[in-house]
Amino acid sequence: MYAFTFHRPQTVRQAAGLLAKNGDAKLLAGGQTLLPTMKLRLAGPPQVIDMTLIEGLSGIEMSGRSLTIGAMTTHNDVNTSPVVQQAIPSLAKLAGMIGDPAVRHRGTIGGSIANNDPNADYPAACLGLGATIITNKRRIKADDFFTGMFSTALEPAEIITKVSFPIPKKAAYQKFRNQASRFALVGVFVSKRGSEIRVAVTGAGANGVFRVASFEEALKKRFAPKSLEGMSIPADGMNSDIHGSAEYRAHLVGVLARRAVAEAIGKSA
Amino acid sequence: MAAQKGAQTATVSMTVNGKPVTGDIDPRTLLVQFLRENLRLTGTHVGCDTSQCGACVVHVNGKAIKSCTVLALQLEGADVLTIEGLAPPNGPLHPMQEAFRENHGLQCGFCTPGMIMTAVDMVRRKGHDLDDRTIREELEGNICRCTGYHNIVKAIAAGARAMRGSATTSKAAE
Repeated sequence: MYAFTFHRPQTVRQAAGLLAKNGDAKLLAGGQTLLPTMKLRLAGPPQVIDMTLIEGLSGIEMSGRSLTIGAMTTHNDVNTSPVVQQAIPSLAKLAGMIGDPAVRHRGTIGGSIANNDPNADYPAACLGLGATIITNKRRIKADDFFTGMFSTALEPAEIITKVSFPIPKKAAYQKFRNQASRFALVGVFVSKRGSEIRVAVTGAGANGVFRVASFEEALKKRFAPKSLEGMSIPADGMNSDIHGSAEYRAHLVGVLARRAVAEAIGKSA
Repeated sequence: MAAQKGAQTATVSMTVNGKPVTGDIDPRTLLVQFLRENLRLTGTHVGCDTSQCGACVVHVNGKAIKSCTVLALQLEGADVLTIEGLAPPNGPLHPMQEAFRENHGLQCGFCTPGMIMTAVDMVRRKGHDLDDRTIREELEGNICRCTGYHNIVKAIAAGARAMRGSATTSKAAE
């Protein structure tokens, strides 16, 4: 690790002030991505701003017809929360598929979303459920938030404080894991809320999480795996690496979308 | 990664195995380094140093975490339990430790402290009746290169049962 100066602000305002003053500073939430990256010297922020002492950033609550999760809420807390399990069971299940139990005790939803790793699970849930990312400055729709691999709409001194999920009628997440890393080689989140259908894909795209308009159109006619029969997406723009070719990933998107829809309506694919 | 001459240091205080401790450390110090190098608690091991193998698992505020993937400075005021704090120094082994011995749940022993801390956390979250599938899934983040896991799984199932009603259960799960 390269040397850094460590800050422990007690409020979001203090943290934002530190970020504004130090352009290269990094926020440290659960640290399950940032610290390994710093240990490999792939990141070397001169200033690290730890969020641990800031109160009020974790917690889960239902407010009206949406579920709000604080940015510092851990994957384990989302996974085991009766509120999440009841409101959006697919979201609780997704949180339980991240990393391993010890990682889930530290890693946070806000950290995962801010990092926007192209293989991460939460970006698929945010985009697949039409979430709103709430910061110290504004509310950003998931459709506008994820702007590319490891890139988001967050401005320099902007900090995620909460994520708000509308409650879907039906939703499910299917993840095809890399056998070694257990990251999503491809993950597909589908949801139906009124007439709004969403199909969001993580792991596959060279540019991070994305929606599949053709699948959404097909599912509008009937929300069933059959509606997607024979459908796939072009391999252009898919990741291609030692773990899977672009063609393989494009194929998996179709397979997993069908399985996710089947799970969402309570059938086996 | 001891503090270099002239490097910035910062102070951290926490409770480790029931005792208050304080250190003046380089901000880069990981919890596992603080435990091993500052406190000389070398039961917590560094295996992969990339948050995969679980040899460094300890409990922080009652939850299992990987001590190679947290800065000591992040744990101001935290309550840390390591393998050394699981059973009294000269007393009997913790039931989970005893179960690993009884079931030959280790060969070289390098992964064992992390396995046991993970197993105790598993009992806290999943109860005393653990089937093979649950144990194997829960061991996702703990790697053993000797045993093939079979006896580790047996040991955890037996240890979980033995922890039922045992006084150390609540202590370890605190």
